[in-house]
Amino acid sequence: MNQLLLALQWLADPARWSGPTGIGVRLLEHLAYTALGVAIAAAIAIPIGLLVGHTRRGRGLAVTLSGAARALPTLGLVTLFGLWFGIGLTAPILAFVILAIPSLLAGAYSAVEAVDSQTVDAARAQGMTEWQILTRVEVPLGLPLLISGVRLASVQVISTVMLAAYIGNGGLGRFIFLGLNIQDYPQMLAGSILVVALALVIDLALRLLERVAAPRGAARA
Amino acid sequence: MIRFDRVGKTYLGGTTAVHDFSFTIDSHESVVLVGTSGSGKTTLMRMVNRMVEPSSGQVLIDGTDVATMDPVKLRRRIGYVMQAAGLLPHRTVLDNVATVPVLNGKPKREARARAADLLEMVGLGRDLGERYPSQLSGGQQQRVGVARALAADPNILLMDEPFGAVDPIVRAELQKELLRLQSDLGKTILFVTHDIDEAFLLGDEVVILRPGGVIAQSGTPAEILAAPADNFVESFVGSREGRRALHVEEKDGERIVLDGAGRVAGVLR
Repeated sequence: MNQLLLALQWLADPARWSGPTGIGVRLLEHLAYTALGVAIAAAIAIPIGLLVGHTRRGRGLAVTLSGAARALPTLGLVTLFGLWFGIGLTAPILAFVILAIPSLLAGAYSAVEAVDSQTVDAARAQGMTEWQILTRVEVPLGLPLLISGVRLASVQVISTVMLAAYIGNGGLGRFIFLGLNIQDYPQMLAGSILVVALALVIDLALRLLERVAAPRGAARA
Repeated sequence: MIRFDRVGKTYLGGTTAVHDFSFTIDSHESVVLVGTSGSGKTTLMRMVNRMVEPSSGQVLIDGTDVATMDPVKLRRRIGYVMQAAGLLPHRTVLDNVATVPVLNGKPKREARARAADLLEMVGLGRDLGERYPSQLSGGQQQRVGVARALAADPNILLMDEPFGAVDPIVRAELQKELLRLQSDLGKTILFVTHDIDEAFLLGDEVVILRPGGVIAQSGTPAEILAAPADNFVESFVGSREGRRALHVEEKDGERIVLDGAGRVAGVLR
């Protein structure tokens, strides 16, 4: 309890929030790493997921590969890529991309698969091209599920981005690893609290976005 | 004119939906394919707009094999009404009706204005245009489906059990409406149903199918009723149970029409 109080005191000190190594900057770094990792992963996984969902082909392969990717330990990956690419941002971002892909992929293909096949059949029979079916029917109707994939991926990456500091980068992980090195447990705990809080805030924000993105008129629970 | 020339359909698993089907539908005529499930009626209908590709034979529209046409363009010039209406749930009624004209590059405003006219034509108020499909009753959705199919003014209408999911009273209303529309518009209609009464009501010509897309009998309703080809047709149209064999009995000075089982069917005036 004492440690927690000390951590909160550590957080409450306004001097720690400003400056080039302050909490504000670290928060932004943390968010930027997350956004970068999720964005790269989305650019890879969402098109593939939509394709799998639309064609109903390759689902087995997608499930197997995401399962395998989920099983990879991220700390191991960061270390491995770190040895490979050296100190810098490449190694951790690559690991976060691999971490984010399974959720994004599953979100994308389940978004398309959840659309009523009768609706898709009708759209095709009216003379929509496959691309029009995807962009005007499947994606708008599946958008909430697609966003929930982004949400899961973001939250996973946010909780893992502290590993970036492990090989010399910024982010909230700095406080955790610094605290660990100099045995400053309140600082470590404060860093963890910040990561948890950030994850919760982003989770909530994306949940709201899911609500807003739900297509009007579609009576879905 | 739509011509089926010895078409067959065998699915990948080896199931044969249609063996060898030939039939010609004249322009401005309405033909009803009627049969139980497994008769291949929907499969046959979907070959016309290439939603199903035949494994053998050809489907020709005005002499041109549909297999040589671009499926997307083909579908945009054929109206299609399906059982569950198949409206896009995230678009308003008006936008649903305007779907094909907009796909064809018509300006949205123009397409919507025409869509509103069409809503009126199928017996719906213009004020329904801003609603979403889920806010309509089943019968209303079905009318919107018909309006959507008519939006690009196609020559051909394909109707796949369009009134199968609504209650009998609404169904009767919709059937009457379709007859009225058809007398105004004179489309070439291919209609699929399992309901023989609906087939006799709506078809200039009726094709009764056995399982596997085999024609048991085709002809006008009167021809089929007057001379059922065999036992299968007899039992399908209800002649065997005596439902169609009516006779007149005199009772209290009125001529009462009875069916074969002695149930009252009506009064002869």
